[in-house]
Amino acid sequence: MIEAVLMVQALIIAIATGDKKGVIGFLTGIGAAVFVSAVIGLMCRNARQIMYAKDGFVCVGLSWIAMSLIGCIPFVVSGAIPSFVDALFETVSGFTTTGSSILNDIESLSKGILYWRSFTHWVGGMGVLVFLLALSSSKENAGFTMHLLRAESPGPDVGKLVPHIKETAKILYYIYIGLTVLCILFLLAGGMPLFDSVCTSFGTAGTGGFGIKNDSIAGYSPYLQNVVTVFMLLFGVNFSCYYLIILKQIKAVFKDEELRAYLGIVICATLAIAWNIRGLYSSIGETLRYSAFQVVTIITTTGFATTDFDLWPSFSKAILYSLMFLGACAGSTGGGLKVGRLLILVKSFRRNVRQVLNPNHVQTIQNNGKRIDDKIVLNTQAYFAAYILIIFVSYMIVSLDNFSIATNFSAVVACFNNIGPGFEGVGPTCNFAHYSILSKIVLIVDMLAGRLEIFPILILLSKNTWKRK
Amino acid sequence: MKIIIGGGGKFGLTLVRKLIDEGHDITLIDNDRTVLEEAVNKYDIMAVQGNCAAMPVLREADVENAELLIASMGLDEANLLCCMTAHALNKNLHTIARIRNPEYNEQVYHMRDAFALSMTINPERQMAVEIERLLRYPGFLHRDSFAKDRVEIVEIKVEPGSVLCDCSILNINSISKDKVLVCAVLREGVALIPDGSFIFKEGDRLFVTAPTSNLASLLKNLGIIKKKTKKVMICGGSRSSYYLAQRLEKSNLNVTIIEKDREKCNYLAGLLPKATIINGDATNLSLLESEGLESCDAVIAMTGLDEMNIIISLYGNKCGTSQVITKIAHIENIQLLSSLPLGSVVDPKEMCSSIIVRYVRAMKNKTEAAVSVHRIADGQVEAEEFIIDGTAKHIGKSLKNVRLKKNVLIVCINRKSHLIIPDGNSFYEEGDTVIVVTDSTHKINKFNDIFEG
Repeated sequence: MIEAVLMVQALIIAIATGDKKGVIGFLTGIGAAVFVSAVIGLMCRNARQIMYAKDGFVCVGLSWIAMSLIGCIPFVVSGAIPSFVDALFETVSGFTTTGSSILNDIESLSKGILYWRSFTHWVGGMGVLVFLLALSSSKENAGFTMHLLRAESPGPDVGKLVPHIKETAKILYYIYIGLTVLCILFLLAGGMPLFDSVCTSFGTAGTGGFGIKNDSIAGYSPYLQNVVTVFMLLFGVNFSCYYLIILKQIKAVFKDEELRAYLGIVICATLAIAWNIRGLYSSIGETLRYSAFQVVTIITTTGFATTDFDLWPSFSKAILYSLMFLGACAGSTGGGLKVGRLLILVKSFRRNVRQVLNPNHVQTIQNNGKRIDDKIVLNTQAYFAAYILIIFVSYMIVSLDNFSIATNFSAVVACFNNIGPGFEGVGPTCNFAHYSILSKIVLIVDMLAGRLEIFPILILLSKNTWKRK
Repeated sequence: MKIIIGGGGKFGLTLVRKLIDEGHDITLIDNDRTVLEEAVNKYDIMAVQGNCAAMPVLREADVENAELLIASMGLDEANLLCCMTAHALNKNLHTIARIRNPEYNEQVYHMRDAFALSMTINPERQMAVEIERLLRYPGFLHRDSFAKDRVEIVEIKVEPGSVLCDCSILNINSISKDKVLVCAVLREGVALIPDGSFIFKEGDRLFVTAPTSNLASLLKNLGIIKKKTKKVMICGGSRSSYYLAQRLEKSNLNVTIIEKDREKCNYLAGLLPKATIINGDATNLSLLESEGLESCDAVIAMTGLDEMNIIISLYGNKCGTSQVITKIAHIENIQLLSSLPLGSVVDPKEMCSSIIVRYVRAMKNKTEAAVSVHRIADGQVEAEEFIIDGTAKHIGKSLKNVRLKKNVLIVCINRKSHLIIPDGNSFYEEGDTVIVVTDSTHKINKFNDIFEG
């Protein structure tokens, strides 16, 4: 029954992997993808056509897992990362736009592999199934596609921009591609080599964070670092804002509460850190640049680095820590809890406090002047609870490896929120190579759960999902 | 085309389904969040929550760029306000409002100007018109008229022992004496477009094209003579009952209305002095009998409950009433009921949504669109009427030399004052109107779509 769901996935895999050529690894990868899709295609021939909410979630969850499994084949076969779990970690980290790496020496990899690594970010950033929606033209299953979009897109409430889902997906991808191209052009203008700028742009667009240098972005000129900062910030904004800009409703964009909160947080955090680390760098400009870059890279969950923020004073680190949880805007390519959810949580918190003072006070939670349905508020609270729970469970398991508290905790947080680097042992200058296989698997699951907003992955683990009706 | 539908009730959702099938961009506005969620999960549409007559809500639905607004909320007044507000925001917008209250009947034309309406629809009234047409020729289960009412597609059921049983399609003209054309057959719930080797069986429902003037002789020749309807019993005193009784009174029929609610009875009695209004429960079979069900020529079950209507019709059929008409408004899958002897089944929302679909097609495709569209055979077959203009292909060619798409038939050619039921040697000329029948495999938007290649 569920097999029908996989039908869609067959195509995706072909797209995801079919993109590379050259190395034998990729050929094997393509071969495997074609084989798997053929098998699924055969299996699905007799399956039912109508899909419901459950199938949407299951489909998304399984697709991402299958995609990661096939995506890691090139790494293993080409010999870049011989261990399977390591390769899987690297691929999942790519697709989920985390950017955590187990590689010590990135520069020794071949260009094809490096490109594939960065490309997984770009593909994972917007979501593969959304891309399929843009291509597919099925009129049937209209409701089902909505479930897909809901399961794959980040944010508490998913809306369409235009009545047809296909058009919505297309608009999102046009915006995404447009911004990426713009980013590449700006980087090229700053004198970065073509290959570097394409890979860096992919990492930025997906808010991923795989660099192609051992020192991430630090080796590039201040101009290039600024460009990357700005684009990370842009990719962390809800994409429907860009649609509004295209429609010339710029006023509405700046009235958006989430965007305001997001920009406000970025500016405050930057200034606070700049004040805290004054004196570490030679000029105010440089201080601001470093602090802005680090703030943006963390809040958008990208994970590039221009400096080792592990050496900063603890107030700065505390700010970065909180930003890790926060994440970018809903409907962007960033991960984390999302600013939109935070707003809802804060508002519902405020409501409850008032409720204690005036028990009969009737209040609704509003966003942009519109009432938010209690269902969404409840969902957000449940999401938050699941979020905290998963972090702690993973933290316990990872702690078996006996590293320092900061290392373990930040590793989990960094993976779960799709950021990349954490603190101390997994800080910007180090990586995840020294973790045990068990921990790596836990972190892989965390990354997937974080990217797909927990529920699609949790549903796969639920017994009810697999029961036949 | 961008279409806004205000109100996600039964009628609104039927429209959504039909218009989505036609490939339009639909935005649905409703106050009820659960209705919207259900609709969004089922159809590829955008949903806006709020009062459809309020400017900010209409703006959110992007009324400035929409081409058509259909207001189908529960209240007539709200629909009018909605259309007026929307028109104020977008001068080029076409608006359609559902107006159901009989008290506004007289002022409909007046309101069109005042509220900037392009069209008003009244499902109940539409249904009354349809039922009256059915009563005029008992024996036909459905009638759809074309070419200014001069030609019709009528539905006939092949009863056991009928002359049509096991008769080949080629012999039908010798039985009917006049020239007719069977354009579709509904057999066991599936619509078929018959070819030359087709043989009718008991229980088939035939869709026959015939000139309106020949309908009476067609009934006679096919041996389905039924006597003229004189006494009609209407179960249920809704708005449509009122419209129907009013029309029937004009043609001097004897009308009895049975309604449970005392107040409604009083209201109807005031409006319909000639009719007999009975206050009682129509499911009470002894009541029906005592009011003379057996002497009635027709029973029309049109209460608000489909289940009740079905029971009344079954009973009417058992009592040997010659014509039974059943209103089915809620049950989606009408095919389920096709094995029951319910007589003619009418669905108000279905009729009106066909009218709107026609309007929308005409808007989209001003010159070449069908002048009328009818869904027959439980909605599985579409009959469309086109005007032949200079752009049509194969003008003046014999039809046997023209390759049409599979399951497409030209069933009537209407030239100036005479009708042609076509055969292989017929042809059409510029200025003719033709009726084309097709099953749901093709979407015929303009006349030239019917040809192969």
